[in-house]
Amino acid sequence: MLVEGIKSRPVYGVLAPQPGLSHIIVAEGEGAEAVLRMAEAAPAGFFAKSHLIFVPRGGDRPDRADGLRALGAADFQSVGSPADAAAAVATLLRDAKMGTQVYVTGTEGLIGLVVQAAETAGIDHASIHTEHRGSMARRVQCVHCKGITENVTTQPVKCSHCGLTLLVRDHYSRRIGAFQGVCIDAEEPGTAPRPEELFK
Amino acid sequence: MTIVFNEETFRDDFTFRNSPVAIKRFPFPFHEDRYMYSVNIEPHVKTAPGSVYEHAFDVDEHYVAEMRDRELVLAEDPLRCQSLPHMELAGWDLLELIMTSKAEDYPDLFELYRDGDSWRWINRPLGIDDSFTFGDASTLPYGPMEYITRQTQGDFALLDQRDGNLWMDAGIVTTQADWSLDFDIGMNFFEWHGPVPLAHDMRVFERALKFLLNLQHGKPARRLNWTMTINPRLDTSPENYHKWGTDRATVTPENVGNLVHLRVELQTFWRLPRSNAIVFPIRCYLIKMDELVTVPKWAKRLHRVLKTLPPELIDYKGLSRYHGMTVEWLSRYDDGSPTSPGFFPDDWQDFQR
Repeated sequence: MLVEGIKSRPVYGVLAPQPGLSHIIVAEGEGAEAVLRMAEAAPAGFFAKSHLIFVPRGGDRPDRADGLRALGAADFQSVGSPADAAAAVATLLRDAKMGTQVYVTGTEGLIGLVVQAAETAGIDHASIHTEHRGSMARRVQCVHCKGITENVTTQPVKCSHCGLTLLVRDHYSRRIGAFQGVCIDAEEPGTAPRPEELFK
Repeated sequence: MTIVFNEETFRDDFTFRNSPVAIKRFPFPFHEDRYMYSVNIEPHVKTAPGSVYEHAFDVDEHYVAEMRDRELVLAEDPLRCQSLPHMELAGWDLLELIMTSKAEDYPDLFELYRDGDSWRWINRPLGIDDSFTFGDASTLPYGPMEYITRQTQGDFALLDQRDGNLWMDAGIVTTQADWSLDFDIGMNFFEWHGPVPLAHDMRVFERALKFLLNLQHGKPARRLNWTMTINPRLDTSPENYHKWGTDRATVTPENVGNLVHLRVELQTFWRLPRSNAIVFPIRCYLIKMDELVTVPKWAKRLHRVLKTLPPELIDYKGLSRYHGMTVEWLSRYDDGSPTSPGFFPDDWQDFQR
């Protein structure tokens, strides 16, 4: 079960402006810098066709939001959580034009949620662009009880629903937006190693 | 051909067993004395009467008991059977494929009568006699995929083909070697094979995908895959791993012969005519070491294969705890003499007569 180098592990890119009739951009915390960097390469009028959603993280510098606001997006929204951002994206995509491009940058948890919302809305995965910034914390689905544990930074981790100690595999489901967690001491209960900070 | 169906279980008291005939026709997966991955795909043509390759969908002495076990798994965990909304047509394709194949291959067990879209299906071993309208799911007790696969041994994955890839968009998985349909549904070919070690670097999956994308209707293909399981447990799912994982720690040098099973998957691949989807049946065969060593060639060969297995594969297949003990146990049946080429027992010709 402890296999390295699993290929369903998401590969994140670097955000770059894409041709498109409209753009939905989601940034969380340090992701704001990825958007500012993308803005340097953006053609004139890019942000006039853009909807920008920002999820501040606790302890964020206040000027992050100001920097994004200054880009002049057609619409700018600050929301409270990754789940709110995913819900906002789902709402926007309900009336989206063909060829809408989606950009997501922030933690893996945020990226997972927003990509899942976009794919559910029928956006082709080739039109969804991601860049990882900030914490490496993961969303993990327990394969046993199916419960999701958010913001996982340790290996192994206790499932917040059924309490089993889970090995966090690199196996990732875009549909669920989460990594797979499998009981680590199933063969000899009680032998789970102590959790170590691994996904910071 | 008359099949006597076993009264047996794959859980709790584990009364599963193979008759002498079932042992002889077991799909032993090693054609030589060592093992490494390969794209070992060949045409799924009807060959070797008496073997598991004689018919499109093999029905054997375990049929009724396996279907009972599937019912138990689904009752506990309905997520083992899922179909994304666009896959219903592929489900009808699959129902047609299985019903027509079984009615042709086993006329004494299955009958199919068709008058346009009005179909009547008789399954004697399971005591089913249903009339329904082909294409109208409301006339069946389940969706078409679930209906027919509750009556067919093996797991099934329905793969949608688009964007030059295959997507696992439906399936029923109750006898799996440790993968989760609920987690993998919606994934593409490379994603769901993500956890398999070594093979990615060998480009095995690129070649396999290329082959499958070009699969033609009426020209099915097959391959064998294998692992090992403690106890004849069909449902070795990750969902229940915390319940069966302790089995692996129960192996001792004394009980290897009874507890350790070779688990072979006969995987077949079929292009479906209406949906252009591919159905991927994964049929599981189990044999305990005590039964396997009644075929001297297989005892020698399995000993040699296990002894030379790369460590990554020992780990991936979950054999680590009992691999050494099993090799040691099998060594008693290996005198070092050469083995004949091919999969079949040395007395296969006599068996066929």
